[in-house]
Order: sequence, then C-alpha cells, then structure tokens
Amino acid sequence: MQRTGAGAGSGAGLDGARERRVRTGGIELCVAELGDPARPTVMLVHGYPDSKEVWSEVARGLADRFHVVLYDVRGCGRSTAPRPLRGGFTLEKLTDDFLAVADAVSPGRPVHVVGHDWGSVQAWEFATVRRTEGRIASFTSLSGPSLDHFGHWIKKRMARPTPRRAAQLLNQSAKSWYVGLLHTPVLPELAWKGPLGTRWPQILQRMEKVPGGDYPTDSLPTDAAHGAWLYRDNVLPRLRRPRTDAYAHCPVQLITPTGDAFLSPRLYDDLEQWAPQLVRRTLPAKHWVPRTRPDQLVSWIGEFVTAKEEGDPAKRVVASGPHADWFGGQLVLVTGAAGGIGRATAFAFAEAGARIIAVDRDGEGAARTAEMSRLIGAPAAWAEAVDVSDEAAMEKLADKADAEYGTVDVLVNNAGIGLSGPFLQTSTEDWKKVLDVNLWGVVHGCRIFGTRMAHRGQGGHIVNIASAAAFLPSRVLPAYSTSKAAVLMLSECLRAELAGQGIGVSAICPGLVNTGITASARFTGVPADEEKRRQATAARMYRLRNYPPEKVADAILRAVVRNQAVVPVTPEARGAHLMSRFTPRALRALARFEPRL
Amino acid sequence: MASVTSATSPRAGELTAGLRGFREVQRLAYACAEAVAAQLRPGVTERAAARMQREWLHERGVRDWFHLPFAWFGDRTAFVNFRVPLQFFPTHRELEPGMPFILDMAPVHRGFTADIGYSGCLGLNPVHDRLLADLEAHRELILCEVRERRPLREIYEDVDRLMTRQGHANRHRAYPFGVIAHKVDRVRQRRWAPTLFGFGTRALKGLASDALHGHREGWSPLWSPYTFSDHPPQPGLWAVEPHLGFRGTGAKFEELLVVTDSKDPQESAFWLDDDLPHVRRWQEEKAA
Repeated sequence: MQRTGAGAGSGAGLDGARERRVRTGGIELCVAELGDPARPTVMLVHGYPDSKEVWSEVARGLADRFHVVLYDVRGCGRSTAPRPLRGGFTLEKLTDDFLAVADAVSPGRPVHVVGHDWGSVQAWEFATVRRTEGRIASFTSLSGPSLDHFGHWIKKRMARPTPRRAAQLLNQSAKSWYVGLLHTPVLPELAWKGPLGTRWPQILQRMEKVPGGDYPTDSLPTDAAHGAWLYRDNVLPRLRRPRTDAYAHCPVQLITPTGDAFLSPRLYDDLEQWAPQLVRRTLPAKHWVPRTRPDQLVSWIGEFVTAKEEGDPAKRVVASGPHADWFGGQLVLVTGAAGGIGRATAFAFAEAGARIIAVDRDGEGAARTAEMSRLIGAPAAWAEAVDVSDEAAMEKLADKADAEYGTVDVLVNNAGIGLSGPFLQTSTEDWKKVLDVNLWGVVHGCRIFGTRMAHRGQGGHIVNIASAAAFLPSRVLPAYSTSKAAVLMLSECLRAELAGQGIGVSAICPGLVNTGITASARFTGVPADEEKRRQATAARMYRLRNYPPEKVADAILRAVVRNQAVVPVTPEARGAHLMSRFTPRALRALARFEPRL
Repeated sequence: MASVTSATSPRAGELTAGLRGFREVQRLAYACAEAVAAQLRPGVTERAAARMQREWLHERGVRDWFHLPFAWFGDRTAFVNFRVPLQFFPTHRELEPGMPFILDMAPVHRGFTADIGYSGCLGLNPVHDRLLADLEAHRELILCEVRERRPLREIYEDVDRLMTRQGHANRHRAYPFGVIAHKVDRVRQRRWAPTLFGFGTRALKGLASDALHGHREGWSPLWSPYTFSDHPPQPGLWAVEPHLGFRGTGAKFEELLVVTDSKDPQESAFWLDDDLPHVRRWQEEKAA
C-alpha cells in the first residue's frame, strides 16, 4: 500500500486516499480507499470516458461515514489495459475485476455498489448475475441502464410499436447517436487522442456545467480510446440477445437525472419487474451528476446504505408523500412557517422527506411546525424565530443554517402581512411596515440564501409567494398589491439571472386562501373597533371561500418540480391572471369597485 | 320530566339519579368502544366495526339510539374529501396496520342517552398519538370557557383558533351544521324505536322540540359557528365532540358536559365523567 502523489492524473482529487494495486486476469487495477475500513464499504464505479477521479467530491462526502473504495476500470486511469483490447472489456471480465477488488478491500463482507454511466451498466451486471450473489449489499444506479433490460425495452417497443412507444424509441435513438460512432474502427481513438481529447474539459463545462478542478485527468485521451471497447465488446451482443434472468438480487436505488442528454427517463419505466426492491429518485440535472450534484448524491447514497446496513425493514427509505423521489433528503427553508401557507408548505415538503427549517417571528408556532414535520416524514426539522425584515438576523440565520444544517436546496419566501386601506390614508409608517416584510423580507431571503446556493454551484430553487394582488389593481389594497407586484417582478428578474446556475425561481400567486393573514391584516384610516370588525368580516369571507392552504402547498411543490415561473393557484387568481394579460382595461375598471367590508 | 341539571354538584357520589343514569350509559358506550377496538384486525371493514358495536350494545339491552354507530378508518377519520352527509356512513374501507380509526355511537339505555367518540389506532402511529395528546387542551379550554358563561359561538371560535395554533384542521366543521356539540336529554322508552337516516326518531324529536323551544327563547340545542349559537351555554347535557384533523389522520373525543344553573363556577359546568379512556390515557402519560 502506498500514499498517492499529487497532480492531475495521479489521483489529485483523492487527497489522503490509500492506494493499492489489485492483480486480476492479467491486468493490474489501481484501487483507492478512503475512510475507516471497519465501516460498511461503498464502492464507486466510474463511467466513460472517466477515471475514478470523477467521484472525488462524492467520495470525500461519504468518507467520514463509510469505507469508500474507488478503482480505475481496466484500461482507464492508472489501471493497465488488457492485451489485446478486443474482447478484453466484456461484462464478464469486468465482473471478474469487481470481484477481485471486492475480495481485496472487503473480504467476507458484501459491499454497497454505486455506478455512474458505464459504471452503472457494469454494476447492473454485477447486481444481476448469480456469481456475485451475497457480495453486493445494495446498488445505486446513476445514468446507466442494464444492457439486458435495455434490450428487452427495445424489443417490447419494436414488437408492438404504438405511437407512444415508437416516440420513445425514436427519442432514445436520437440520444444514443454516439454509440454508433464509437463502433467505427480507429476514428474514435484518433478523435480522442486529437482534438476531442483537448477540448473535452471545455465541452463539459459548456454543455454540462461541470465545474473545473481536478477532473478530467490527464489520462483522458487514453481512457476514452480504450473505453470505446466497452461499447464494441458489449452493446450489440447484449441488445441482440438480452439475458432473460437479469433480476437484481439486492436492493436498488435508481437516481434519474431529468436533463440527461444520453438517456431518456422512460428507459426505467419497467424497472420494477427486474428490481423488486427499487427506490426511485429524481434529480433536476444533466448527465455528470457526480460532478454537478455531489451533495445530493452523498445524501441519497448515505441514506440508502445506512437503511440497508441497519436492516430495519420498517424504516422507509423514501417518504410517502407526492414528489418524495425529488425532495427526499433536501434542505428546505420556509419563512412565515408558523401558520397558513407557510406551515402547509413545510408539511408538504416534510411528507416528501425533506429536511425542514421553519422560520417565523412566532418562535412557538415555528417550533410546532417543525415538530409536526418530523412526525410526518421529515428526517429532521428545526425552528428558528427570525423576523425576515431584519437583515442582520437573516444573515445570522443563513450562517447558522450553513454551519449546522447545510446549504438550503429550496427556499420558500412566504412570510407576509396584509394591509388594506386607501392610498391617501396609508401612512408612511404603514408603507414601511408592509414593504419591510413583504418585499424586503423576500429581497433578504433571495440575496442571502440565493448567494449561498449559487456559490455552492449545485442548483436549487427559490419560491417567492407573491399574490394575485400582484397583477390585480384595487383601490383597497394599494400598499399590499405594490409590495406583491414587486415580489413578482423580482422573481422573474432573478429567474433570468439564476437560470444559468441551475437555480429555478418561481412566483406563486395564491388568490383568496383561508389563512390567518386576514385576521391580522391592518385596515388603515378606520378606528380600532372598526378595524377589528373588518378583520372579522374579511376572515369570514375567506373562510366562506374556504380554499385550503394545503392546495397552495401542493402547487408550490409542483412549481419546483416543473420549474414554473409564475403560478396563479386558485381559479380566481388564474382568471385574474388571464384578464391582466388579455383584458387589462376591464381589470382597471374593476379596481374602482370598493368591496363592502 | 325533572331536570337533571339544576344545581348539581360535579363530585362523584353526589350525582343525582338522573346524572348517574347518563353516566352509566356513557360508560357502557365507552366499554363497547374499547371491546370493539380490541377486536379490530387488519381487513375488518367499517361496516363490520359498526355492526360489532350495534350487536355488543344490543346484547346489553340497548334498543334505541340517538344515532346508530359509525366507524371511520384511515383518512376517513379526518373526513378527507367529505362532501355529502352520506359519506359519514360506514363503508367497505378495510383497516390496515398503522391506520387510525374512530368509533362513534349514541345509544339510549333505560331512557338515558350517551353520545361518544373513541379514537384509536391499529399499531403505532406517532401522528395519531400527537393528535390525541393535543385534544387534552381542548377539553380544558371548553370547560373553562363554559364556566365563564361565554357565548357558545365565541367558545367555538376559540377552539378553532387553538386547533389552528396546534397546526390542525377543524374537522367538526364537516359535521351537519358544523356543530361541535349538541344537546342530549332523556328519551321516553317505547317498544318500537325506529331510526331515520341512522338517527333515532325519538331522540330527533327531542332535539326538534328543543330547537323549537330554543328558537322562542333565543338559544339553540346545536353548538355551531353560526349566529344561532351566539348565546351563553344553556343548562342541560351537551355531547361535545372536538374533532382534529391533520393530513389524513383524524382524532376526536365525544362526551357529555353537564351545564347547570348553579352560580358556583365549579358546579355550573363539569364533565359528567372523568374516568374515560382518553382522560385515563392523558393521566397515564403524565404519570409516566
């Protein structure tokens, strides 16, 4: 065993890794280990045209909890290549390599396998052939289907090509254009050793937003040239005659990036029949997730491996709520979480398995939200008593969140107050109050947490709760509507700015929703008892309308999943939104109407 | 019929014969709920559970009902998507492990009426535990405010607010007229006791006559969020049923509250019986 040296191409991304060489079938594999060998072993298998360094961020994240093992697949990185290359990359031989490494690093104890791209294609073979039974404790698959399953998928669609199935076939064929090219002799090798090899890092950065750094390594041209044999040795034979017994003998976690340029999410439609213990996860990202979303992978792999290690069958790996495959393990911060839409949103995210930070001025209410969130599926939930209009307090909250809970994946700026009354009777003080919370609260949230999100560079989402009042002029809500219109515009501008960084921004315009905002809304220009009466009337009106905040929460989760820009929720909000676009004059005429409260 | 609620002391042993009769039938109903709950297994349907309650009470001499037994399983305990009153009636929904359930029955025994609600759960369900624990505050709040002789509608709104603070939805709003409570009284026994839409005709008749009297005198036998409940608590027996719902899980208790015309706050209102399953549960939790 020896320590790795520094520098690209020699395991630069794996500082502190212990390295050894494992001999098998006439070749030598370069194996790197991190973490305590007494802990459960997690083996990370890289894809094409990568070397084990593609995993460096993920490996670092897992190393404090697990014994992390990586190896350069034969012909890649610092492993040697088989002679001759033809026939040296069959899945059978790759399985021999896997078993040799597993025996060396974890003798007598099954390992948890994680595969990306061709690493996942290989690992599907490991997880479905008899001779590895008992050696694999779990398998996490990223962007790499089993060639056998793929073969059956194609056959099924060829045999009965309904329009939908034909479209799926065409879609996947278009995504697999490069597979044909890789089957041509010599050309791929020449390309990789020539211009493609030199330009590959820039291509990755431009197309996939893969950050630079210690990857790809200098060995890329040779790795890619050798790796072409992975395709030539396996793809056609397997797709022509897929195995019929390719059933997984271990629990499988499937992580599907929705923006994968090479694989359609439809490929995994029938996977349940091949993998009985399947957990599905969905990630809004492109193909190279080990580089672009390492934190999310660390969270999901860690959770899955731990659940399998603890062997507690009652423990659900994925929460049961809608979109649990998407939000499981994510960190969600909701402001104004002590009641109404904020609380319902926290609960909906909790049901989807997200970790929750419930923020509100009312600390007791926020604590209650956090407590109930834990009961319904949040793996963890915290409450913070913070006023969103207080910039310093928000900064402090962000520092604390960063240090203790991690970077926020989804931020929901919900906190808001109501204010009603004619403009001429709205004091400067009233204006300040409403803008401080409704606008500045959102500005602080977006700026402080958005900066951290962008800085991490692993995507995220910001949800701002505007209001139907944002596009609905009214003589009775000038201050409130102004603040919400500002929130709407801010959201749309921010959406444009952050789009390039994989951060989505959605503005939600709920409409009349039965929450506590009416009971606490200020009515300017009237005596206290009249204000109280109007509050009660407004509350009664909203109660009669009886649109539940839970439905708004559902719309919020959906908006994040679909990355929607502006979402009017209630029918009246949708109607008003349409009117604001097509018949604005009618809306302006309606704005003169003064409702009797 | 002599009033059972004029200046009666809450202390056990000092109850009038009338109140003792009500307490006995309430205990009988809770005993039935516990016996049936103990027999519930995965696969039992709501209809079967309702029939078990009916048969158990029939064997012990119950022939008339304020309303026939109900049983709600799973998200039906929170009245999820309830639109029409027919949905209250027991269905073929089967009980599954971890599922909450509510048994609700209102037997008439020897002319005394009880109306009870029993919440349980088949196995472990932390959300359900939380809901049951949260109900305790409502029992205290209701009693306290009734003793203060606050208008029923105001108490109703305070209960509502407490539920909102706790993070729950108010599910008794889904009941007919949105009631949290209704008056019960003695029912004259007859050999033939027909029911109408699940309600005993005699009890309905009593309620209707109360409503008529109340309408003349400015009070209502129904405790609702509407203006007809905007009056101080009327002496008599009230079957109070605060019902919490939280994302597909519901829990309630229902028991008799005695309201008297006594000037002493302690005697002006009290729960008929403090030895009931949900109260014992709270006491045990506190002791633990």
